[in-house]
Amino acid sequence: MSETAVEVRSVSKHFGQGDHTIRALDDVSVTIGKGEFFTLLGPSGCGKTTLLRLIAGFESPTSGAIHLEGQDITDLPPNKRPVNTVFQSYALFPHLTVAQNVGFGLEMLGRPKAEVKATAERMLALVKLEALAGRKVSQLSGGQQQRVALARALAPQPKVLLLDEPLSALDLKLRKEMQIELKRLQHETGITFIFVTHDQEEALTMSDRIAVMSTGHIRQIGAPREIYTRPTSRFVADFIGETNFLTVEARGGAADLGAGTRIETAKTGRVTLAVRPEHVRLTPAGAAGALPATVTNAVYFGTDMHVYLTLQDGTEVVARQQTQADPSAEPAPGQTVGVTFAPGAVQLLED
Amino acid sequence: MTKRPFSVARLPGFTGTAIAVFLALYLPIVILVVYSFNKGNSVAVWQGLSLDWYAKAWANTAVKEATVRSLIIAVSAALISTAAATMAALGTTRRKAFKGQTFIYVMINQPLMVPEIVTAVALLIFFAWIKVTTGIQGLGYLIAAHSAFCIPFAYLPIRARLEGMDLSLETAAADLYASPWATFRRVTLPLLAPGIIAGAMLAFVISLDDVVITEFVKSGGQDTLPTFMLGQLRRQLTPEINAISSVLLLLTVLLLTAFFLLTKRQDH
Repeated sequence: MSETAVEVRSVSKHFGQGDHTIRALDDVSVTIGKGEFFTLLGPSGCGKTTLLRLIAGFESPTSGAIHLEGQDITDLPPNKRPVNTVFQSYALFPHLTVAQNVGFGLEMLGRPKAEVKATAERMLALVKLEALAGRKVSQLSGGQQQRVALARALAPQPKVLLLDEPLSALDLKLRKEMQIELKRLQHETGITFIFVTHDQEEALTMSDRIAVMSTGHIRQIGAPREIYTRPTSRFVADFIGETNFLTVEARGGAADLGAGTRIETAKTGRVTLAVRPEHVRLTPAGAAGALPATVTNAVYFGTDMHVYLTLQDGTEVVARQQTQADPSAEPAPGQTVGVTFAPGAVQLLED
Repeated sequence: MTKRPFSVARLPGFTGTAIAVFLALYLPIVILVVYSFNKGNSVAVWQGLSLDWYAKAWANTAVKEATVRSLIIAVSAALISTAAATMAALGTTRRKAFKGQTFIYVMINQPLMVPEIVTAVALLIFFAWIKVTTGIQGLGYLIAAHSAFCIPFAYLPIRARLEGMDLSLETAAADLYASPWATFRRVTLPLLAPGIIAGAMLAFVISLDDVVITEFVKSGGQDTLPTFMLGQLRRQLTPEINAISSVLLLLTVLLLTAFFLLTKRQDH
């Protein structure tokens, strides 16, 4: 991340007035680098789409500024911003052909006809739809419309491509294909992608960096692995993947979980620790350094199984482990076992 | 036996009622058309087949003049009311809900709700006042009156079309560097076109057919086809009236068919 593509500076967006004010975004700042695949991830209503619409220019911020490659674009209308959007509904023009849709942006920029035509053809080839250039949009399948929407937004070679949950209308198989396809397109064009999704798996698969959002705030920004393994808040730990929360007393510069797990912290008093189910390990009952626990349930789902456990203090913990060739070797409800945690897998949450 | 859901079509006497209603609707029209081909001069006694009355109507200068006048008024009224209705529809749908929105709808659709005879009398008095103060005469009064009462007929299909239109299309055009004017010309207007054409055709038919307001507003020698036919009835009833009516019917059916096809196409 050498150069900056988009810089969002202390942006707030409020809808409504007085008692009915909805703070869709509350003092959000983020810097997105050139050529990055940046994802805004969060549940519906977290403000991710509002932030995207502010960058596109469809809404104006209540306060704050947005810069694009160093230039203040806060007050520019959408048609004057070198930014294009792939809409959730695709928003393809039904009265135009596929090629006319793709060429629309360049035509509006006043480029010569020959250039518009050549670029539209090149973009359609990029998304492997060159054979359908003359079709009406309504004659295409959902997946094909998706590709046309992509080609149309890429054709004017925007400085930033905004994608508003573009894969949510596709079925699972097509969605997986498009995830790979998007990554390839981003690599080939070198354009900065800002991708909005509520699907954590989609975000983890494609992104260079992820901003996890909730209730108008960015909770954490980081690479997928960092977000997954080092969540700093309960919200992030809970929203991304499955997590066990353990509450312990911190004193003397550390929180001691037992089972040989000590996390150093300056905090004192009750703190929350997070650990992923796949990092919870089961040992035979009474093994040295393990926390005693009782198996309450074991759920089999193919290669893995979830083992539901209750620790001595009543805390419930889920362990995920591979299934074994011999079912009798697997933990059964009622059984007493020991629990340890993989080294470095326990994360202290800030809240 | 499984209980079938209630259906009005299985009530006793449903078929009979339906047939009676359709007969009441269409039999008079069928008879009207049939007697336009009558050889004799009766509209009730059949005396053999001929096209005489069509020829007679065609040769009648008064019919010709009234037809031309009707067409001039209907085309003008359709164009003016459609332009006004398009702007009204854009102004009332392309925005967030606003205070008094329902009131505006009612205002625009006033001609559908106020009794036509009231409007006719009001226009008669209002135009008489203008004529006296300015001394201006002419077909303009009829065109103005027709344009006004045709607005809701043009407005409704245009508004329906606009409401069904995906707002994100205009957002997408703006995103793709189209100025507000270019967005309107290249996206909104082409998508709205079927609604506009349908509205214009409906306005045209409504204007062509009007009797009450025209009868009150027209000056001497300004008969339109319907008011001419009304005047004819006071003298004698010949199948010439049937022939003119049949032609008018044919024209209306053709236009309404086109209207239907256009509004149907907008469904997909």
